Amino acid sequence: MQARSIDPPALNPDEAAGAASLAIHTQDLAKRYGKTVALAGLTMSVRRAEVFGFLGPNGAGKTTAVKLLVGLALPTAGQGWVLGAPVGDLKTRRRLGYLPELFRYQGWMSAREVLELHCKLAQIPRPDWKKEIDAALELVGLSDRAGDRVDGFSKGMQQRLGLGVALLGRPDLVLLDEPTSALDPVGRHDVREVIRALKGRGTAVFLNSHLLTEVEQICDRIAVVDHGRVIATGTMAEILGKDGAVRIRATGLATTGRAALRAYGSFDDEGEWLTFRGLSQDRVPDLVGEIVRQGGRVYAVEPRHETLEDRFLELLKENG
Amino acid sequence: MNRVLTIARLTVLEASRRKLLLALALLTLAVIVLTSWGFSRLPTMKDVTPAQVRLAASQLTILVAFMFSGVLALGSTLVAAPAIASDIESGIALAILPRPIRRSQVLMGKWLGLAVLVVLSPMTGGVIALVLFFVAWIGGIALAIGQVFGNDTIINIGVGSRLLIPTDGLWHGAIFYLEPSDILAAARVAGRARAGNPFFADQPLAFKYILWVIAWLVAVLGLANWSFARRDL
Repeated sequence: MQARSIDPPALNPDEAAGAASLAIHTQDLAKRYGKTVALAGLTMSVRRAEVFGFLGPNGAGKTTAVKLLVGLALPTAGQGWVLGAPVGDLKTRRRLGYLPELFRYQGWMSAREVLELHCKLAQIPRPDWKKEIDAALELVGLSDRAGDRVDGFSKGMQQRLGLGVALLGRPDLVLLDEPTSALDPVGRHDVREVIRALKGRGTAVFLNSHLLTEVEQICDRIAVVDHGRVIATGTMAEILGKDGAVRIRATGLATTGRAALRAYGSFDDEGEWLTFRGLSQDRVPDLVGEIVRQGGRVYAVEPRHETLEDRFLELLKENG
Repeated sequence: MNRVLTIARLTVLEASRRKLLLALALLTLAVIVLTSWGFSRLPTMKDVTPAQVRLAASQLTILVAFMFSGVLALGSTLVAAPAIASDIESGIALAILPRPIRRSQVLMGKWLGLAVLVVLSPMTGGVIALVLFFVAWIGGIALAIGQVFGNDTIINIGVGSRLLIPTDGLWHGAIFYLEPSDILAAARVAGRARAGNPFFADQPLAFKYILWVIAWLVAVLGLANWSFARRDL
């Protein structure tokens, strides 16, 4: 299982050194199941100690990408490196933490036993087990349920346990596939805190999610995928664009007046409310002046930052 | 090897936690008590000759051996793969396989664990391999029927199934050694008519057949490894 059926690295020495210093690096990584293309060709980089959000609608290939990165599935084309080693490398897996999307633990074990099993599998030195397990239980809020059988756990508690398992042994990279899907708002808040703590201790986090607000709150950089391809990648500011939107409430604008406002870019016309997108903040006073010149009476000017959700939907539409 | 043992231990632990081992131990105890009682009753029956007692005892021994047969450990080779398939389906494997462990180690550990269970409790073996065994058994009967009627097609089907799933062949080999020699001699005189009895064998195991069984074991495990290593989860 150590030798993966991917092409030998075709990077030049500089690129290879770059790949080694990254938490994740992929080049045209692709996966087909028969004729179905699950991942068309993923090219991306995740730096060490950053929180990276991987966004996309259902069926975009997010889970497939994670499975390729942790070696659960074999790529059909392209290359990928995790912590500087080719994907699936056995030794590197010691430094990985992974929370699968749809998973279950042995229901007949207690939470502590599940964690012990994973300590053993992750080859953590035995003297450290207790410390590691207690820390993980504490972090995910399961300390008082450590001795209970897992099959008595709610879905949310199982997800917390899964997160605890992924954190064992202080991995350098943690891949979380929809970590909050079964959690209540308190649980989601807790997970965000855990992710922030991970980042604080230098762990890179790859967060697969379709919960945009969550990603917006904690990710340093994101990639948006659709139909198995990355359609946008960058920091939150880069994705959202520096120029926000501005919403203006004005009355008394005639059709010709509205037409004149096109000079400030396209806008959504909702009667009294006009929403301009991609307008530089410097031009807002000019815009208000123009509205007044056109005989409009301005009641409100609200600068509005575009939300990730708006941008996400826009990106999907542009690339649809 | 360490990781193989981890998985093997997990498999045995699961059986014991789920009270499977306890149930099997109780059933095994019941079988032992009942058969011992049955054997003790044999000589006390009226109008039976010592030869008849021997015949009955040998048939009973074979029956009990059927349930206690170590041969059935073989069944665990075929069962290890479905056991892993159920782990994959339930999502347990998703958490284990990304750890630094080879898939072959998971498979071998599962097989080793099941083999230990079979050895620990013959009843498990009975449960695990019964279906397999019956498939082969029907093949074995087909072979015998073919021999009785001299039908080559039926003989070929029987031999084929005996090669594909070797439990029946081993079973017949094992019961050969449990039969009293005078009954064997009498059966040989009776000729083909005796051959249809699945609780009877008139020949010991051929050395070549034992080799085939070993090759079969290696091949089945190898095949399971090969396909599991390539499987996308």
